[in-house]
Amino acid sequence: MLIEKLKQRFGAEILGAEDARGEETISIGRDHAYDIFRALRDEVGFEFNFLTDLTAVDWLERKPRYDVVYHLNSLTLGHRLRVKIAVEAGDLWVPSVVGNWGAADWLERECFDMFGIDFRGHPDLRRILMYDSFEGHPLRKDYLYNKRQPIVPEIDPIVNPIRPSK
Amino acid sequence: MALPARWKEKIVPSDPSDEIMELQMGPSHPASHGTIKFNLKLDGERIVDCDVEVGYLHRGFEKMCEQGTWTQCFPYTDRLNYASPCINNVGFALAVERLLGIETTERCKYVRMIMSEVARIADHMTCLGAASSEVGAATVFMYLLEAREFLYDLIEAVTGARLTVTWCRVGGMTHDLPADFADRVKASFVRIDQVLSDCDKLLSRNRVFIDRMSGVGILPKEDAISYGLTGPLLRAAGVSYDVRKAHPYLVYDRMDFEVPLGERGDNYDRFNVRFREMHQSKRIIEQALASLPDGPVSITDPKVMLPPKEQVYNSIEGLMNHFKLIMEGIHVPPGEVYQAVEGGNGELGFYVVSDGSGRPYRVRVRPPCFMGMGALNKMLVGRMIADIITTFGMINMIGGECDR
Repeated sequence: MLIEKLKQRFGAEILGAEDARGEETISIGRDHAYDIFRALRDEVGFEFNFLTDLTAVDWLERKPRYDVVYHLNSLTLGHRLRVKIAVEAGDLWVPSVVGNWGAADWLERECFDMFGIDFRGHPDLRRILMYDSFEGHPLRKDYLYNKRQPIVPEIDPIVNPIRPSK
Repeated sequence: MALPARWKEKIVPSDPSDEIMELQMGPSHPASHGTIKFNLKLDGERIVDCDVEVGYLHRGFEKMCEQGTWTQCFPYTDRLNYASPCINNVGFALAVERLLGIETTERCKYVRMIMSEVARIADHMTCLGAASSEVGAATVFMYLLEAREFLYDLIEAVTGARLTVTWCRVGGMTHDLPADFADRVKASFVRIDQVLSDCDKLLSRNRVFIDRMSGVGILPKEDAISYGLTGPLLRAAGVSYDVRKAHPYLVYDRMDFEVPLGERGDNYDRFNVRFREMHQSKRIIEQALASLPDGPVSITDPKVMLPPKEQVYNSIEGLMNHFKLIMEGIHVPPGEVYQAVEGGNGELGFYVVSDGSGRPYRVRVRPPCFMGMGALNKMLVGRMIADIITTFGMINMIGGECDR
């Protein structure tokens, strides 16, 4: 139902669509992603004014390797939609949607922290759950769950006051 | 953690002979329950910029879920929002069940709903008690924590534990309700009603309390939606969005309850919404207990549920069944599901992905209070430093859920 309407509106921009277990999913390319998200948010009939969740899935063996997964919700019309953007490991970026939904600010920072995905256009992309000297991105499938990292050395705040990153 | 890039910008204080003070509040501050750090820029007592640092309680929930079987995730979910673990259990179980395409028994749905609501009342009591003690109403804190004990007694009677319940399973539960559960609920509700009415009298028209809460931490409707707030925070801004009504799960569509709303989206509205929600949760529990169907509490599909212990100890088939389920886990068909439940703080979502093996490929939690923390900067800038305490208290950040 929703997928039909989306196909009519966006045509070839939609690379794939699936309706499974009562949940509708579309895949789009990243080049026009920002405009598609803006249209999904604003146009009558879609009205996805609420970004429920933003995360990624690492399909280690697949090409392209990552899926960035957006869960949208419309508080006015009461429908949900899942949008996926596939990105390759060597070219790991998607456009940021902070301009559409404020919630994307922290969600994109978390996704960057956990998967190392670059959200181009994010005003302040830095780690959020892990600390700065942490190496790697823990939710990638090639990051071993029992890997240990060295303890962060104590910094004397008087000698080395905390300063913003470059 | 590094400070935001905007931190380098020079801010001119209101009094040019004065200067902007940078203050780090936390990560372990006596007035904020939860390990969190606020990097503040202060002009006198007024906040001109605020950077919120979370992550001090990050334990890799999502990573660890990928290491075990589906059933082994349940203990981890307890430790998300540890003020209402039953709801987390139910949410994860529902997600996996939808992925499997199985339907639980009718009684199971009712029991899960009853326990979710008991947990919701306990969660709200924790939040309101802590928030009121932080503005000086220590009596209310003691009263509410005493009342919470009655609820923990109920939870203990059903699950055997007060906090880390691990009580749901895929396809059912470990325990049914005890025989005298309805009487216990009735007895504890009499006492809870008394406590709630006392707290209402102590706070609702209390000058000090209203001055600290009213008009503080305002987040208007449009911002609340944009920042992804849910639960009492969103409803306080006047948006009627409750997962139980908008996307009903279990048997919430058969229950008669209201969704309390606020008007201004300030801390006083948030307090009031939570307070009135506790009464609605009680209504749901009473209705559900009155129409509680008989029958088994778990399904008997041997591919999903463990066989009864008599079969495990006395027959080779039972033993093999038990062994396979424990060692290999439940085989969940490939696919993905997003299941949302209404947690104590708002929409708690589980996005689970299976690759067809016995282990989860990816478990993602949509934490409701993480969004609230993300909007905190918006609520605080321009306010006084003392307003951090009440606003942070009303967001009800639970470290286990926010940081996972």
